[in-house]
Amino acid sequence: MTSQDNNAQDGEHEHIPFFQRMLDNPFLLLFIGVVMPTVFYILWGVMEIATIPIATY
Amino acid sequence: MSILSKSRICPETGLFFDDQAEKLIKWNAVTGVVFLLVGGAFGVLMALTRWTEVHILPADWFYLLLTAHGLDALIVWIIFFEMAVLYLASSTLLKVRLAAPKWAWLGYWLMLIGAVITNVMVLEGDSSVMFTSYPPMKAHPLFYLGIIIFAVGALIGTFCFFGTLVLAKEQKTYEGSLPLVTFGALTAAIIAVFTIASGAIILVPTLLWSLGYIAHIDPLMYKTIWWAMGHSSQQINVSAHVSIWYLIAAIIFGAKPLSEKVSRMAFLFYIFFLQLASAHHLLVEPGLSSEWKIFNTSYAMYLAVLGSMIHGLTVPGSIEAAQRKKGFNKGLFEWLRRAPWGNPVFSGMFMSLVMFGFLGGITGVIMGTEQINIIMHNTLYVPGHFHATVVAGTTLTFMAISYFLVPVLFRRELWLPGLAKWQPYIYGLGVAGISVFMMAAGTLGVSRRHWDNNFADATLGFDYPAAAHMFLALNGLSGLLAGLGGASFCIIMVGTILWGKKKGDVAATEPAPAPEPAVHQAGSAGSIAVPGTFVLALIFLGSFILYYYVNWKYLSEVWLLS
Ligand code: HEM
Ligand SMILES: [Cu+2]
Repeated sequence: MTSQDNNAQDGEHEHIPFFQRMLDNPFLLLFIGVVMPTVFYILWGVMEIATIPIATY
Repeated sequence: MSILSKSRICPETGLFFDDQAEKLIKWNAVTGVVFLLVGGAFGVLMALTRWTEVHILPADWFYLLLTAHGLDALIVWIIFFEMAVLYLASSTLLKVRLAAPKWAWLGYWLMLIGAVITNVMVLEGDSSVMFTSYPPMKAHPLFYLGIIIFAVGALIGTFCFFGTLVLAKEQKTYEGSLPLVTFGALTAAIIAVFTIASGAIILVPTLLWSLGYIAHIDPLMYKTIWWAMGHSSQQINVSAHVSIWYLIAAIIFGAKPLSEKVSRMAFLFYIFFLQLASAHHLLVEPGLSSEWKIFNTSYAMYLAVLGSMIHGLTVPGSIEAAQRKKGFNKGLFEWLRRAPWGNPVFSGMFMSLVMFGFLGGITGVIMGTEQINIIMHNTLYVPGHFHATVVAGTTLTFMAISYFLVPVLFRRELWLPGLAKWQPYIYGLGVAGISVFMMAAGTLGVSRRHWDNNFADATLGFDYPAAAHMFLALNGLSGLLAGLGGASFCIIMVGTILWGKKKGDVAATEPAPAPEPAVHQAGSAGSIAVPGTFVLALIFLGSFILYYYVNWKYLSEVWLLS
């Protein structure tokens, strides 16, 4: 069965599901794609490195 | 729109080409190929050096060319070609002029100038720090500056891609959602922004350090942020070459994705999770917690791996569906047997898909597992793995699409079509060889980035097992084969551009064929059973599971617990 949900050509706004609106917004995706690795990889990693105690000789 | 730009419709393919975008695609792709030629030649010399009995380069040249090979092949070739892919996927596929072409040209020239500066510095011999340039090894300041200039250029190009998306939306040149190939290119562009930003964060201080303005760069801090660039840049490649798989399936077979939604979700997994896997380069670093390592490499990465497995299933699946519609319905595999194996666009792409999955994908997950990583960390297994991803995967795919694009862009017929038919097989076999044999040697403990297989001047002698030297010899032979295949590609491309038979201008009289709708629009193939692909997927999963457990077994033997 093929869903024909995009034939609302009669001018009025069809209801676009949330997920699709997200997928259709390149700049939102850009934001998420930059924030995710910045938080989980860079910030978390850098915090761990920064809290390593300095060796005392 | 205030600016009217020239454009044309390709008489054979029906593709739209904005004048400026077309020129930029040509220049970026051709420049990339030149660097591939240089980088590939260095690769062959290194493979011959690591062949114990041949060992042709002296030590300093080995490390010098190792640096140049990594930079030119991995970074310069691939990113130039990716710029071409971004312009193609935005301007051509969305049928809109390129936004800010002057900026795109600025980006091109910055990339070229940066690449040349860094190459000159490496070839002068005082910057043999390898492309990772870990401190405290210090290169000439211009080495870092060249990379930074290159990256700025690439960032400008990436923003021209985003600008073109905006333009297409404003001018309503497409309906509904972005076509899948463009969405894949968007994924690549998003990852590129993070990649380049990370590069700037780490390379600017390193430049200042090499100039003497900063006293100290912490090596672990450097490695962590550097790999946010180094690894993510590989994910730009994956997104770009997967997009091209879909593009080639559409061009050759008129194939539509089995389910557009599922494929789009797979790209979304890439955007969310792929970049976290940068942590697999740091699995043996003390100082980073296991929580950080495991979350980043495995917990989230497996979702990205899932994304790749979805693409690996839906690309052949969509081809199978399209072929079955045409009546190739006998048995499980008639659709595959009757595919155009003599067409380098298809053969290159399909080999790339298989090798990327079986050789590159499986081994990547193995190495990304914290415990198992220790058995092959910093061995030749690592270059073995990534030659399967970045050479068999990305490079072979880019070669395949070039066989389609170059004749279309330059309006010439392919030069030496007989050689072109064989080239993907020669190159594919060679690359499969270097990746398998480097991995084999690595499994026996042979280290990567190491000139002296015999440890001739070590105080305490050490010998690799005899089999390791045999694998290194086989690697050398495969390197020669890959070199032959790579050189053939460059010869065919340059020959086509210079001496290929000019195609007549049919445009005026005959109407152009309608462009392949699968390329320009979102949409799925509808429900068609694809049993052949399903069997292939089961074989893949079986190999995956088997190999995974084999490696745990190895691990237990390393620790003498068995
Ligand atoms: C003719 C084809 C090629 C051959 C024979 C070849 C061979 C080699 C060899 C022998 C090494 C050194 C391994 C070691 O001692 O550590 C190497 C490293 C490497 N290759 Fe290739 N290669 C080829 C093509 C490529 C391409 C097309 C790419 C990228 C798209 C690439 C990316 C790299 C990278 C990133 C390294 C690591 C450099 C480093 O450790 O700093 N190679 N290659
Ligand atoms: Cu990586």
